[in-house]
Amino acid sequence: MAGIELLGVKKNFGIVEVIPDLSLSINDGEFVVFLGPSGCGKSTLLRMIAGLETVSGGDIHIGGRSIVALPPGARDVAMVFQHYALYPHMSVHDNMAFGLRNIGMAEQEIERRISEAARMLELQDLLERKPMQMSGGQRQRVAISRAVVKEPGAFLFDEPLSNLDAALRTRTRVELARLHQRLKTTMVFVTHDQIEAMTLATRIVVMNKGRVEQVGTPMEVYHSPATRFVAGFIGSPVMNFLPGPLVDSGNACATLFVANGFELATQIPLSALPPGASLTAGVRAEYLIVDADAPVKAKADVVERLGERTLVYATLADGSFVVAEAPRDCTVNAGETVGLRFDAAHVHLFDESGKAYHAAS
Amino acid sequence: MNQPPAKQKAPRPQTSAPGVGLSHWGNALFILPFLICYVLLLVYPVFNGFWLSLNEIDQLSDSSDFVGLANFVQLFSDDIFRGAIRNTFYFIFLTTPAFVALGLVLALALNRPGKTGATLRAIFFGSSVLSVTIVTLVWRLVFMPDRGLLANIMSGLGLTQIAPLASETLALPAIALVTVWWIVGLPMMLFLSALQQVPQDIYEAAALDNASRWRTFVSITLPSIKRTVALVAVIEVILQFQLFGQSQLMTLGGPNNTSRSIVMFIYDAGFKQWALGYSAAAAQVLFALMLVGVAVQMWIARKRDAE
Repeated sequence: MAGIELLGVKKNFGIVEVIPDLSLSINDGEFVVFLGPSGCGKSTLLRMIAGLETVSGGDIHIGGRSIVALPPGARDVAMVFQHYALYPHMSVHDNMAFGLRNIGMAEQEIERRISEAARMLELQDLLERKPMQMSGGQRQRVAISRAVVKEPGAFLFDEPLSNLDAALRTRTRVELARLHQRLKTTMVFVTHDQIEAMTLATRIVVMNKGRVEQVGTPMEVYHSPATRFVAGFIGSPVMNFLPGPLVDSGNACATLFVANGFELATQIPLSALPPGASLTAGVRAEYLIVDADAPVKAKADVVERLGERTLVYATLADGSFVVAEAPRDCTVNAGETVGLRFDAAHVHLFDESGKAYHAAS
Repeated sequence: MNQPPAKQKAPRPQTSAPGVGLSHWGNALFILPFLICYVLLLVYPVFNGFWLSLNEIDQLSDSSDFVGLANFVQLFSDDIFRGAIRNTFYFIFLTTPAFVALGLVLALALNRPGKTGATLRAIFFGSSVLSVTIVTLVWRLVFMPDRGLLANIMSGLGLTQIAPLASETLALPAIALVTVWWIVGLPMMLFLSALQQVPQDIYEAAALDNASRWRTFVSITLPSIKRTVALVAVIEVILQFQLFGQSQLMTLGGPNNTSRSIVMFIYDAGFKQWALGYSAAAAQVLFALMLVGVAVQMWIARKRDAE
């Protein structure tokens, strides 16, 4: 087992700067997920840790030693690829044994590790099959067990679930979580799927344009997003954003005049905000409640009844769109006027640089 | 009241193009041009050739006598023909492994992006477009005794000069060398396209699996392109069985018939000695040999695949 330290890591492809300067510390045994949109540099970062991309600047330490000059095989990491990358002409058994034979491990030890990994990932009956004779889910399990048998210091996963169908993805996600609990090895997982990130991660690293926007536990990232980008990227449906000027409501907390029609109270102290900043309020759908008695009125455009909750997509008086949550048994229909109640404790503010301000706890 | 509803005839589905999806003998007309060429230029000559090989043909009187297998019996007691078979097999033995190995080495070395790789690929493939006349002319200048490039190099190094085309042991290897130089570009291109089909992430997985370059080549690259290796071997065996131009233009089959190929024998018998039946019989033997050679290769390739 090994922790990973990224120290001022830079990456350029020619004149294109993909990662300008990134530092991050991943603790031993942690499950860290790099989350971000396509092209944010998360896969490049993972590949630099693996040694499949060179580092343009900075240093990477695994288990306390610098590894940037080492070839991929000498870094004590194992990687699971998006397209499995199994050796097509080798059986499952040989796929798993290949890396171990290359380092001259005794056959007896190889067999012990393979049978243990096969048992853990339910591959005992498939050991003699070739990858072509297996389903996508089975292939992914082989790819994972090929990494497991190496007993590496850290596992690297490059969007390993994105080629699986929805049901299989959920199952494999749970299997991965179990695997981590069992092995307690450092795992670094790259994805653009926030559900995978929220469910698997000990900590999430939200990335955008080669920079780290926020590092935090899933709940920290969800409830206290550090920037407007994180607030908008995490959570489904997307957070509602309503820009507007500060108004003097006479109390110590900020109140914004939004949507050209109503005052939105927050629990964010005025003293925490930079003077003269242009602000945008942000509130998630579950803290914007459909309530017939609420003073703010909106027209319901679409009502989505999802079973466990109901989402109402509505238009405010000035034409801005919001998503609100209604009780399960709500009878609102599209086209009706609804009342909306904002939960002041969960309203966030963002300044023009994107920095977030949260209610004082 | 309870009358069953009158059976209504389902309306025929209207299609914009009547007859689409229907089989019609007129459709066969589309393949007729191909069929005519195929029958006239391939099927008829194959059977006619076989028929000719069973006859003794006198071209002057335009008559022929059926002689059965006499031509074949005569062929196998003909020392020159047996020599030609030996030479052809020796030539295939010299060239085919060279095409596979050298083609693969070149492809591995030039399988890289960038201008240098592209330029070198073009150069190596470029010689394949030259005609046999030009290639043999160039190499005759190289092999020319006293004044040729080879002779100059040998004397420059203080070695005894050799004239490969005048040597019984070196003539055929020299022709093999010329042939490999001439058309090694084709196997190289086939290997290049095969190498580019191998997914990059398999190599990355191998790098993470501590595989050395040699191990990666043996365990990842070769198994991934084995079908192309088989294809190149089959193509080259078929092509090199038909050695003619290089021998004809460089050595005329000499010295002492040591570079005479089966096709040269067929040509000489048919068009110099006008023994058309005898020549056709030799052609049948060549056909059979090629068929056996290719069948054996396919069998080996398939057997390896099954493993």
